Amino acid sequence: MNLSKDLMAASSAPLILAILADGESYGYEIVQRVAELSGGKLHWTDGMMYPLLHRLEKQGYLAAVWRVAETGRKRKYYALTDAGKGVISEQQKQWQVVNNALNNAWRSTDNMIGTGGSNDGFQPA
Amino acid sequence: MASNQHKFALPEALSAWRQALCGNPALRQDDIDELEDHLLSEMARLQQLGLAEDEAFFVAERRMGTDHQLDQQYQQVHSGRLWRNSVATEQSRASESRFTCYLAFICALLAALAIKLPAAFGITLTDENAGFYLRHASLFSFPFIAVLFIAKRQLSLRYTLLAVATVVFASLIIDVYPFADGGSTQQLTALHLPLLLWLVLGVFYCGERWRDVAGRMDFIRFSGEYLIYYVLIALGGMVLVASTMATFSMIGLDAEWLVQRWVVPCGAIGATVIAAYLVEAKQLALENIAPVLARIFTPLFALLLLSFLVTLLATGNAFDLNRELLIALDLLLVVVLGLLMYSVSARDGNQQATLFDRLQWVLVLSALLVDVLALLAISSRIAELGWTPNRIAALGENIVLLLSLGGYAWHYGQFIRGKAGFYPLEQWQTRWLPIYAVWFAIVVAVFPCLFDFV
Repeated sequence: MNLSKDLMAASSAPLILAILADGESYGYEIVQRVAELSGGKLHWTDGMMYPLLHRLEKQGYLAAVWRVAETGRKRKYYALTDAGKGVISEQQKQWQVVNNALNNAWRSTDNMIGTGGSNDGFQPA
Repeated sequence: MASNQHKFALPEALSAWRQALCGNPALRQDDIDELEDHLLSEMARLQQLGLAEDEAFFVAERRMGTDHQLDQQYQQVHSGRLWRNSVATEQSRASESRFTCYLAFICALLAALAIKLPAAFGITLTDENAGFYLRHASLFSFPFIAVLFIAKRQLSLRYTLLAVATVVFASLIIDVYPFADGGSTQQLTALHLPLLLWLVLGVFYCGERWRDVAGRMDFIRFSGEYLIYYVLIALGGMVLVASTMATFSMIGLDAEWLVQRWVVPCGAIGATVIAAYLVEAKQLALENIAPVLARIFTPLFALLLLSFLVTLLATGNAFDLNRELLIALDLLLVVVLGLLMYSVSARDGNQQATLFDRLQWVLVLSALLVDVLALLAISSRIAELGWTPNRIAALGENIVLLLSLGGYAWHYGQFIRGKAGFYPLEQWQTRWLPIYAVWFAIVVAVFPCLFDFV
């Protein structure tokens, strides 16, 4: 599924931070993890994630180090900073508010138009 | 069956791919390495699924996104790098840069002629008219630098109107306000007008980006480098003047009138335009010098401020600062703030905190202490001796500095202790530019009315 540009811009940073909450990682692994978490439904244009990682680094949420990977190539690893850890719970609250509001809104629309479909999760149109 | 399809070679394909990315100034070698690692990882996965090497390469390359998309994304994040590389090597830029070069030359020439205009109306450049020329100097160069930027950036009509409005506003104040000649409000206005005009020039420099943190940071970098270029040109100019006088005196002629009436004033005004052009055109020449100078002077200024504080406290003179010392202190603080602003803008936001950042923090903290002292001294002077325009201006200046430096101190502290990135500091710095402008405008336009133009 291709997300709209705005939704993509809003959601990718929280997603990256949440993934890095499990421990440090690198770009390719993060993309794989996003695909895995979304059941293969979310596809990012791979190159787009790196500027975003750099922005988060600039904002002080991530710290990066270069190391040599098991492949023998040098690879840049990203890890959360304290500031990054702090911002995750805030983002979680915000997204839950949006998620709940949307679910309630769609439930009432469904009732009105009588499809009766249930929305258990966040489903962008 | 003979295969006429040429064989795929990964190293060549990779190097061509890297080559294409190298054309983008926002991408560094490190970034390309990072992308390459991604590309190769994706290829390895695809090959495990059974794709041939060339197929895997093309799929992985495509998933990476087009060069154009990548360019845009990286540029948004790393605008500071673009600044460093804005001297593009592309052919298409050549004619454009020749146009700006001629334009800069013409603007400088017009500015130089403009400064001679008052002489045609009888206000010659002599000692009794020195005040007139000092008050108007910034007005002679402002319009021409503005024109240079407006033409180069192809800005819309709104910007031109802003430039015209600024010139009209400034000349109304300088020439129509009924100032007492040589009074303190006149001096304050003359002192603050160039600073205000400079910040307004920032809007033309940044163009559409004048609200952005990145745009404003570019303007601060520009200001620092502009200053250095101007000083260099001025030094060259002094050598030129000295040689002119010397050679003419050899043949028994006095060239002083030529130098005083023409070379110095025209050169000084023309150079304000030329320096603005040079900073942009010859960026590479200075981008290595200016940050080094900032790094040399940061510890020296910190040392100066600290030793000054220690001396004051040791001799017990801390709250008994006289007028001249207060003025000197305020000037010093303004210089320190300028140095600080430039250093922040010249820094790579992605770097971890270094020793230099700690020094910078020491500089900010000591400036803050000196500012508090100055503030106490000026308040006690006002309490004892009453209000004057100079004292109120100093009070306001010290309060603005206190708040601004306080923010720098706080954000530097957070950054050095790893609690936040460098970005909040950049945001803080750029948010203050309009506040400074408003303060300057108040001193220029409102103070004279408040104090009856004395």
